[in-house]
Amino acid sequence: MSYNPFVLPFSIGLVIVIILILWKYFRWVFSHEKAEQKKIVKLIFSFKIFSVIKEIFMEVLLHRRIFKINPVLGYMHSSFAFGWFLLILGGTVESKLHSHHAFNMFYEPIFFKFFSHNINGFPFANGFKFLMDLILLYILSGLVLAMVKRLYKRMFGMKKTTKLRLVDKLALTSLWCIFPLRLLAESLTSAQYHNGGFLTDNFGNILAAILPVNQLEYPAWWAYSIALGVFFVMLPYSRYMHIPTEMVLIILRKAGFKTEKKYTGFSRVEVQSCSRCGVCLDACQVYSATQRNKMLPAYFLQSVRFNKKGKQGLTDCLMCGRCQEVCPVGIGVNAIRRVKRNEVFDEKGAEFEYLKDSDSKTKKADVIYFAGCMTHLTPTIKKSMVNLFQKADVNYWFMDEDASVCCGRPLQVLGKEKDANILADKNRELINNSGATLLVTSCPICYKIFKEEYNLNIKIQHHTEYLNELVNSGKLKPVNLNFSAVYHDPCDLGRGSGIYSQPRELLSKISITNKLENEKEMALCCGSSLANLPAGFDDKELMAIKAAEELCKSNPDYLITACPLCKKTFVQACNERKIGKNVKVKDIAEMLAEAVM
Amino acid sequence: MADFGYKIQEDRQINYDSNDRTLFYFLKRVEPSISLCIGCGTCSATCTVGQFTQFDLHKIMLYVRRGEKVHIANEIKKCMLCGKCSLVCPKGINTRNIIFQTRKFLHSNK
Amino acid sequence: MSKSVIVIGGGIAGMEASAYLSAMGFNVTLFEKDEKLGGHLLNWERLFPTKRLGSEVLTFLKKGMDDKIKVHTNTNITKINSENGKYFVTNHNNEIFEADALLITTGYDLFDARRKEEYGYGIYDNVITSAELETMFLSGKPIVNKQGKVPKRIGFVHCVGSRDRKVGNVYCSKVCCVTAVKQATEIREHLPDCETYCFYMDLRMYGAKFEELYNEAQEKYGVTFIRGRLSEANETIDGSLLVKVEDTLVGRPLKMTVDLLVLMVGFEPSKGTKDIARILNLSTNSNGFIEVVDEHTLTNVTNQKGVFVAGTTTSPRTITNTIYDARAAAAEIACYLNLYTIESRVKN
Repeated sequence: MSYNPFVLPFSIGLVIVIILILWKYFRWVFSHEKAEQKKIVKLIFSFKIFSVIKEIFMEVLLHRRIFKINPVLGYMHSSFAFGWFLLILGGTVESKLHSHHAFNMFYEPIFFKFFSHNINGFPFANGFKFLMDLILLYILSGLVLAMVKRLYKRMFGMKKTTKLRLVDKLALTSLWCIFPLRLLAESLTSAQYHNGGFLTDNFGNILAAILPVNQLEYPAWWAYSIALGVFFVMLPYSRYMHIPTEMVLIILRKAGFKTEKKYTGFSRVEVQSCSRCGVCLDACQVYSATQRNKMLPAYFLQSVRFNKKGKQGLTDCLMCGRCQEVCPVGIGVNAIRRVKRNEVFDEKGAEFEYLKDSDSKTKKADVIYFAGCMTHLTPTIKKSMVNLFQKADVNYWFMDEDASVCCGRPLQVLGKEKDANILADKNRELINNSGATLLVTSCPICYKIFKEEYNLNIKIQHHTEYLNELVNSGKLKPVNLNFSAVYHDPCDLGRGSGIYSQPRELLSKISITNKLENEKEMALCCGSSLANLPAGFDDKELMAIKAAEELCKSNPDYLITACPLCKKTFVQACNERKIGKNVKVKDIAEMLAEAVM
Repeated sequence: MADFGYKIQEDRQINYDSNDRTLFYFLKRVEPSISLCIGCGTCSATCTVGQFTQFDLHKIMLYVRRGEKVHIANEIKKCMLCGKCSLVCPKGINTRNIIFQTRKFLHSNK
Repeated sequence: MSKSVIVIGGGIAGMEASAYLSAMGFNVTLFEKDEKLGGHLLNWERLFPTKRLGSEVLTFLKKGMDDKIKVHTNTNITKINSENGKYFVTNHNNEIFEADALLITTGYDLFDARRKEEYGYGIYDNVITSAELETMFLSGKPIVNKQGKVPKRIGFVHCVGSRDRKVGNVYCSKVCCVTAVKQATEIREHLPDCETYCFYMDLRMYGAKFEELYNEAQEKYGVTFIRGRLSEANETIDGSLLVKVEDTLVGRPLKMTVDLLVLMVGFEPSKGTKDIARILNLSTNSNGFIEVVDEHTLTNVTNQKGVFVAGTTTSPRTITNTIYDARAAAAEIACYLNLYTIESRVKN
C-alpha cells in the first residue's frame, strides 16, 4: 500500500462530503411518506432504471440540454463533469492494471503518478499515459472557457451570469485550482521520472529547464490534494451541491415525485440541483425589462435554499414559466414559487361571507360559457363567442353575463390558496347545478384553474379548443380570409396548459400564419400576468413593447392571441408610437366570427 | 350618575391633526402609484366584488390618504384580486398591489 | 421680389395664417390634402360656448383668403428639401415649390374610439362619437338611434382617449368637456323629452363663457352631471346600452341604460402632422405633437430654422386659441423673413 501524508486533505474531504450528502439525501427521502418511498424501490427494480442511467449519463455528465442551448457552454460544462468522470475512471483502471490488484486505496488513482514512477509493464501503459493527459487537456480547455465566460458572457449566448456567494467563490477557486495543480504536480513528477504523457512530459521538461523541479514536486502534490479537499468540504454548502443532487433528482423524478402544494424533501432536492448556471437569466422578461434580479430563478432558489425570507422577490414574477423551459436540470421553479408564496401569504385570509347571500341563478344548458372577468373589458371577444354559439346552434348558458365570481386563479397565483378555494366552491356549485356537459371559457387564466383545481365532472375547454372542434365537425364553416397573422401563445394556455396545436390549426384555416422567433414553449409573456404584483404600468408596458416588437417583426396584418389580458396589453403596445408600426390585435374568436359571417 | 340623555359623540370630522397616515406613507413607499389617484371611480365601477357588496376601491384609497384606517380594515378583505381595476385605471395605478400591501400592513399592525 | 411662405394644412390655422401673411405682402402657397379648406370646422354645426354656427367662422376665414394666395387642395406632400435657407416642397405630382419659410398647420385627428374597446364603439350599434353626433346635427335630420328610435336617454362620456395612460394619451384634449355640455344642451333643444347625462372625471370649464354654458346646461336644460368615469358599456337585447359607472360623489356604483352613448373623443396628432414631423425631422413631444422651442415664449418656432407651427399641430386647443396662434405664427414668420431685430431673441 502506498501512503504519504499529503493524501490526507483529499481523503478527509472525501469522507466528509460523502457522509454529509448521504445524510442529507436520506433525510429528504425519508421525509416523504412510505408509499412514495416505495416508488423509488419500484423504480430501481424496473426496466425504467436504464432510462434513469441514460438520463444521468446524458444530462449530469454530457449536459445534453446545455449543449442544445449553446454548444460552447455545453462543452464547458461537460468538460468538467464528463472529463472529471473519465479522469477518475481512467485513473482507476490504470492504477488497478498497474498494481495487478482489484482493490487499492481510493486515493491511489487520484495521485497515481506520485506513487508510481515506473508505469510501464502493463497492457496499454503508453496508451493510458496518452489518454490520461488527453482527458486532462479536455478539462483544462473547459477551464479556460469557464474563465473566459466570466469575462465574455456573450460568447456563450448569455447576457448575464449569476453573481456568486462567498462559499461559492471559495468552491469555485478550489475547483479551478484542482486541474492546473494536477497538471503542475504530474509535470513536476514527470520531469524527474518521465512517467507522463504528451502533455505532462513536455510541460515537465519546460519546467525543469527553469525551475528546481525536485524541490517543487512535493509541495505541488500537497496543493493538489488540498484543493480537492477544500472543494469537497465546500461542496455541500455551495452551488456545486448540484453535481451529486442532480442524479438524485433524476431518480426521484422518474419515480414520480413532484412538488405540488407542499415544500417537501423532493423540493429540497430540486432546489439544491440548481447549479446557478444562469441560463434562466436571459429567459426572464421581468429582469430584461426592469433589471430587477431578486426573482430570477437562480437567486430565488438560492434564497429558498438558505431560507432567506423576504429577500426572494417572491411576488415579482410573472410565473410565465419560460425559465422552466430553458432550465437544463428541469427544475419546476413555478411550483416551488407557488409553495413559497403559500407559506408566506396564505394565512392572511379574505372575507367572502357576502357570497353566501348572493343568488345562485343557474340555467339548464348543454354548454356553459364563462367569459371571465377580463373578457368583459374586451367585449368583441364575448360578442364573437355569442355569435358563434348562435351560428353553431348550441344550447348554451352565458354564466357570467351579468355578475360573476372570480375564478380564483388571481388569488391562487399569489399564494392565497384558501381564499381561492372559497371562490372555486361558489363557481363549482353554479356549474354543477346547470347540468351542462361542457364548460367553455375565453380566459386562459380561468381555464387553467378550472382544469387543475376545480375537480369538475364535466369537460373543460378553452374557446380555441372548442371552436376548433366546431370547425372540424362542420358546425362552423369559415372562409379563408387570407390575412397574414402571428399567433401569440398566452402563458396559461400554452406553457400552462399545453394548448398549442388547436389555435394554430384553427388559425391556419382562416389566415396565413407567420413563423416567430420565440413561440410555443418559448413564447414571450405579454407582461401583464396577474402573478406579478409589484410590476406597475411602466414595467408592464416595457415588457409588452419588447414582446410586441418581436411578435410584429414580420409586419403581419394581425397579431392574434387567445386571451383577453394579452389582447388588452398588446392593443396598448402595437402602435406607431410604441413599436414604430400599427398592427391590429385580435382574439382568435373574433377572427373566426369574421370568417364565418 | 344621572343619565341626562347625552352621549359623547364620535367626531364626524376627518381630523387631519390627529389621524394616523402611516398606512398611506407605507403604501407610497411600496407602491408609489397610489399618489396618482384622482378618484375617477373607474375601478369601483368595474369591480367584480362591487356587484355583491359595498366594497369601493376609490373610496378606500381616499380613506387611506386621509388616515381613516378604521373604515377600511374590514372592507379591504372583500377583494378577490381579479385585477380588473388595474386594467381600467386611466392613471395606470397598480391597484392590486395597493390592496395586497394594505392587507399585509393591516395584518402586521393589528 | 417678395419672400414666399408655404403653409401646409388648410384648416382654421392654415387659412387664418395665410390670410395674414398674404396681407403682409408675402407670397403664400397653401396646401390642403382634402377637397375643401376648413378642416374639422366643416364637420361641426355649432360652436361652443355660444352655439353660433361654425359656418359663420368658416365664412370669416374664407374672406381672408385673398386671390394672391395660391391654394392647392387634394394635395399631399411627399418630400421637402432645404438648401441655403430655402425650402423645396414636392407634392404627389412631383411638382416642386420653393419657399423661404414653412408653416405647418397639419392639426389633429380625432381619437379612434375603437381603441377603448370596453366602451363598445364599433361593437355596439348605439355607441357613437361626438363627431358623429355633430354630423347628425349638421344633416338636419331627426336624431334617432340605429334602430330608428328617438332616444329617451343619452349619455355623454368625457375623456375618451384623453387623460388615459392606457391608450397612451396622458394629456387633456381641452375641448371635449365643453363640447359635451354644448351637445347635451343641443340634444335638449332638439329632443325636449330626452334626458341627458354627462359622465366626467373633472369638468374643465376654463374658457371665456364656458362656465356660463355649464350653468345654463344645469339650470335651463336640466343636463345631469355625474362624476364618475365609465368602466364599460354592455349592449342589452333591444340595442340600448347598460353603462356601469361609480357615482363618486355619492360613493355608490350606478348603472343606467341609455339609448345612445356618445363618446367625447379627444385629439391626437394627425397623420399629416406625424408625416411632416418625420419628413422635416421636427422634434415631437411625448404625446406625439410637434414640440416648440419654448412653450412660453417661442410658441410657433420649431427645432428647424425657417419651419414654424400653429394651431393644434402643437397641442389640443380651441378654435379661438387656434386663430390667436395662427396670427401669432404669421407675425413670427414676418419677423423671421424681414429680419426684424426682435428676431434675435430666437436661439436655434
